[in-house]
Amino acid sequence: MIPHDLDTTLRRLQRRALLVGCAALACCLAAAAAAPGQFFRSYLVGFVYCAGFPLGALAVLMVHHLVGGAWGHLTRRFLEASTRTLPVLTLLFMPVAIGTRWLYPWTDAAAVGSDALLRHKALWLNFPFFIGRAAFYFAVWWTLAWVLNRWSARQDRTGDPALLDRFASLSAAGLVVFALTGSFAAFDWLMSTEPKWFSTIYGAMVAMGWMLAALAFTVIVAHYLSDREPVRSAADEQSFNDLGNLMLAFLMLWTYMALSQFLLIWSANLPEEIEWYLLRFSGSWLAVAISLPVFHYLVPFLALLSRPLKRCAPALVKVAGLLLVMRLVDNYWLIAPVYAHGGVHAHWMDALCPIGICGLWLAAFCWQLRQMPLIPLHDQEPETAQHEVPAHG
Amino acid sequence: MKQSPLFALLAEFERVEELRSAAERVRDEGYTQFEAYAPFPVAGLAEAIGFHTVLLPMAVLGGGIFGCVAGFLLQYYVAVIAYPINIGGRPLNSWPAFIPITFETTVLCASLTAVLGMLAFNGLPRPHHPLFAVPAFRRATRDRFFIAVASSDPKFESESTRRFLQGLNPSEVHDVPR
Repeated sequence: MIPHDLDTTLRRLQRRALLVGCAALACCLAAAAAAPGQFFRSYLVGFVYCAGFPLGALAVLMVHHLVGGAWGHLTRRFLEASTRTLPVLTLLFMPVAIGTRWLYPWTDAAAVGSDALLRHKALWLNFPFFIGRAAFYFAVWWTLAWVLNRWSARQDRTGDPALLDRFASLSAAGLVVFALTGSFAAFDWLMSTEPKWFSTIYGAMVAMGWMLAALAFTVIVAHYLSDREPVRSAADEQSFNDLGNLMLAFLMLWTYMALSQFLLIWSANLPEEIEWYLLRFSGSWLAVAISLPVFHYLVPFLALLSRPLKRCAPALVKVAGLLLVMRLVDNYWLIAPVYAHGGVHAHWMDALCPIGICGLWLAAFCWQLRQMPLIPLHDQEPETAQHEVPAHG
Repeated sequence: MKQSPLFALLAEFERVEELRSAAERVRDEGYTQFEAYAPFPVAGLAEAIGFHTVLLPMAVLGGGIFGCVAGFLLQYYVAVIAYPINIGGRPLNSWPAFIPITFETTVLCASLTAVLGMLAFNGLPRPHHPLFAVPAFRRATRDRFFIAVASSDPKFESESTRRFLQGLNPSEVHDVPR
């Protein structure tokens, strides 16, 4: 399916990622018996971070099917390979399901019984329904990914132009479905760690973070593979320019959502809402909180304003790398303060769990990347795929 | 220095590919004061005429920074110095509440600078241009492609430049009077 030398490279990367992932997770599992709470907390951060790659890829892929553009010609197969790892993500979810009683206060029957608000919320926040909803989200995502990949394979075989319309129709509906399921998954997996607190934009903010992570990862993959055919001829300056612009747009959307939530809660200053921020600004968490607007917004934002930088793939990759690091910091800041009041209590598993999960996931990604040609064989007609007006941004 | 009676020499082409390759050759020949005209945006033409955009992006950045600082200072002045009101015990300098307006003024000033700067750097509005004296040039908005080499170019010399342009296989080379 793909050139032999590239296949060898990917196979080697896959083996290494699998080795590192298994070793890291084995260390964590060995320690889990002694410190199950710490293991599951670290694991949740790693899982939610890693979930961004396949889930964000699914959303970005559908955005491409809707709006087109040559950047999608370059990245489509990377995104598709990423969505085909969703079954692996489902397996990686299992420890979260097992660890609910260490992660989510609403699983504690005594605490729920003595609290009227939690009793009221138990209709939604209970273990069977939590698992049922997760199964439903995964089923929806699997279906979308499966259909999109199946049609893509058919497009490679037949080049049937009717598929373009079907891609667009499914993606339009699929993006609405993704916005809802992604949002509710974030409510379930992240926000319910503090079952009394609520924010409606929270789910969209987390989902946007997933899309940003997936796009940054895709930029890195595109550059990594661009020294050889067939990716080389698709990886032109303009495609990286477009990807940089898209990254800037996602970055600003994420910032807009994060700021909106902060601004509304800070302005209202209600006790039941503001405690979320008080917790995350307390002690050394404040330094983490300040690092977000600086390194998750200001630095990449200013860098991505520059057109020459966006056209230079190695420079764009540096920005993407920074964003991938900051996505993990953001996820850590969202989850870890719940269990560590007053300041950062970093544990070695906080680093090793994400490495383990992402290692396993990366191995699955490389394996899937080798299954189809790296560039679609019959993409949309060259005229529409070209950049007609090169002057923008 | 003797002033040329011509404003420019104008080479006319029938096909867009000819325009692009001709523009590259004019650039490689060492001309700097020349311009290409086409009825639609042509990918790669800006690079082919050696166009480097430096001033406008910098001006837009400057406009954005000005809008950002001015927008924030305006709110700070109003809320803290000119008309301080205690609103629900919040600090007078409620900077999180200033961010949306600061963002808006940044965008406003940057985009106004972009529009006005584009007009200024293009020398617009300009009711007349010497090229309009060439009747054939009207087709630049329909179905013809042109390259004008200005007589202000240091390399311009009417006979040798004309011979060079003829060598690019245009359908015609027009004189553009001052």
